[in-house]
Amino acid sequence: MPDIATIDAARDVAICPLGVDGVLVRFSRVLSPQANGAAHAFCDAVIDARLSGVTEVAPSLTSVRVGFDPAKTDRESLTRALSDLLAGVDDAEPSPRRLWRIPVAFGPDHAPQLAEAAKLAGLTPDQAVAEITAQRLRVLAIGFAPGQPYLGMMPPHWDIPRQSELTPKVPRGALVTAVRQLIVFAADTPTGWRQIGQSAFAVWRPDSDRPFALDPGDAVQVVAVSDDTLRDLQANADSNGGATCEVLR
Amino acid sequence: MPVLTIHSAGPGVTVQDLGRPGWTAQGLSRGGAADRLALLEAAALLDHDTGLAVLEMAGFGGVFSADQPVRIALTGALMQADIDGVPVPPYTSRLLAAGARLTIGGARAGVYGYLGFVGGIATPPVMDSRAAHLTAGLGRVLVAGDSLPLGADPTPDMPPRRLDIADRCSGGLIRLMPGPQTDLFDKATVARFLSTSFRRDPRGNRQGVRLDHDGAPFGAASGLSITSDLIVAGDVQLTGDGVPYVLLAECQTIGGYPRIGTVIPADLPRVAQTASGTALQFTMMELAQADATAQSDAALLRALRQACRPLIRDPHDIADLLGYQLVSGVTAGDDLERDDDDTQG
Repeated sequence: MPDIATIDAARDVAICPLGVDGVLVRFSRVLSPQANGAAHAFCDAVIDARLSGVTEVAPSLTSVRVGFDPAKTDRESLTRALSDLLAGVDDAEPSPRRLWRIPVAFGPDHAPQLAEAAKLAGLTPDQAVAEITAQRLRVLAIGFAPGQPYLGMMPPHWDIPRQSELTPKVPRGALVTAVRQLIVFAADTPTGWRQIGQSAFAVWRPDSDRPFALDPGDAVQVVAVSDDTLRDLQANADSNGGATCEVLR
Repeated sequence: MPVLTIHSAGPGVTVQDLGRPGWTAQGLSRGGAADRLALLEAAALLDHDTGLAVLEMAGFGGVFSADQPVRIALTGALMQADIDGVPVPPYTSRLLAAGARLTIGGARAGVYGYLGFVGGIATPPVMDSRAAHLTAGLGRVLVAGDSLPLGADPTPDMPPRRLDIADRCSGGLIRLMPGPQTDLFDKATVARFLSTSFRRDPRGNRQGVRLDHDGAPFGAASGLSITSDLIVAGDVQLTGDGVPYVLLAECQTIGGYPRIGTVIPADLPRVAQTASGTALQFTMMELAQADATAQSDAALLRALRQACRPLIRDPHDIADLLGYQLVSGVTAGDDLERDDDDTQG
């Protein structure tokens, strides 16, 4: 087995080590809806296969890490099993299991950089909000911070760069954008992404029975609400920001 | 149930165990003890067959007492400690009598000290773990006036034990394994990285430690434009300005900075315990060699328990015990004299 990566030439898939107890299957070095869909489809296939010795299966934007217990299996056997699964996996993105509707305020109090981001995307603020709320987004990955979703992908004209200067703090629940993606922040944080809206939705609730609201692959619909409505939702801690979750399959 | 009272505490005292594995897909890294080996060593000294919740003390300990007799063990960084004035050598277990004051000072070698109790710390678990995960906002740093429930010690009269360990607080050669992004760095850059002597920067925490070096920064061919991908503890990440960080227990789960390789778990405790200014260098293992070093927590703990011995020698008889064997990889303490001899010769 080569040291760095095993390349599946037909599909440009790389199987790489990630730690002494992990294998990373990477579908692309560049994010695309296809690579993300393939990663999620493969993640589901690995979970369903219940491979012996596998301890954890986690998708990212374009890859899946399969953790294993070296006492129960080894890299070579696991790599062989994963290669077999790869051959049988459909690249089509699995349909979402759940649809979330998340209220977001886009008024001037809650969207300090909406005009700037819209302009970079060649849109007016109203057009930008219309495009965001018209689209059924997917949770491309959850990460960096607990429960924090990378949502996408927006159309190509939303491929706007991160700011060179960090905004010192955007609040928890902020909706931010860059590089054809949106994020709902899990906590107050400095960021190079531009804040274009605000939700009262907590993606990470460590004290609850279900600490992580979203799963990778979930569908998300952003619903525009007024600043007043958002303030009411923020004041009502039990509302979880007015977000609803519909089980699709 | 015994209660531990914290009369004073250094700035980085937290409850830690082996963390919360299995939440990578949801963005939560495992967390747990920065030096997992030290936690297992404490469990071994206290004759446990699983990792138990302990106090992790970053850089400085504190003053503690319990309202019932309970056996304790000190592992990890070398910290001056005493019970009502009687020294407690590191890597021993002993009885903390009811009401006695255990005072633990600053780290003389290493960074993270661990204080274990026979019954473990018995705070309510959150997501099956008692560990504080500070970057995720789970739990918090402990302060003077806090008290913690402990599991009872059914046999406080059991004799004290000791565990002899190899020094891991002096930096040295750290073994890397290749990772998914190693090939983003050209061969010359990897070669220069492996031949560079780094120093641990003062900036470091449970999330990761920054390394300093003399010379040019280390850049990846693809620079900043790579797609964010999954991270594991031990990954050596090079930030936008080409500075290496070794990621530890509370690392982020996904990141966009390129990573040149992964420190193997067997060597990660040495990175965590390398104090500011101490030298580190890296070597790259073949993948198969790296895989051969994998050892489960259970196997490690079994071996550590077998290595525990009754504490026969009275530590009072060994005046320089704190400086003995555990410091800096030097041995007999006559090195300076021998150096003098060499110079004069």
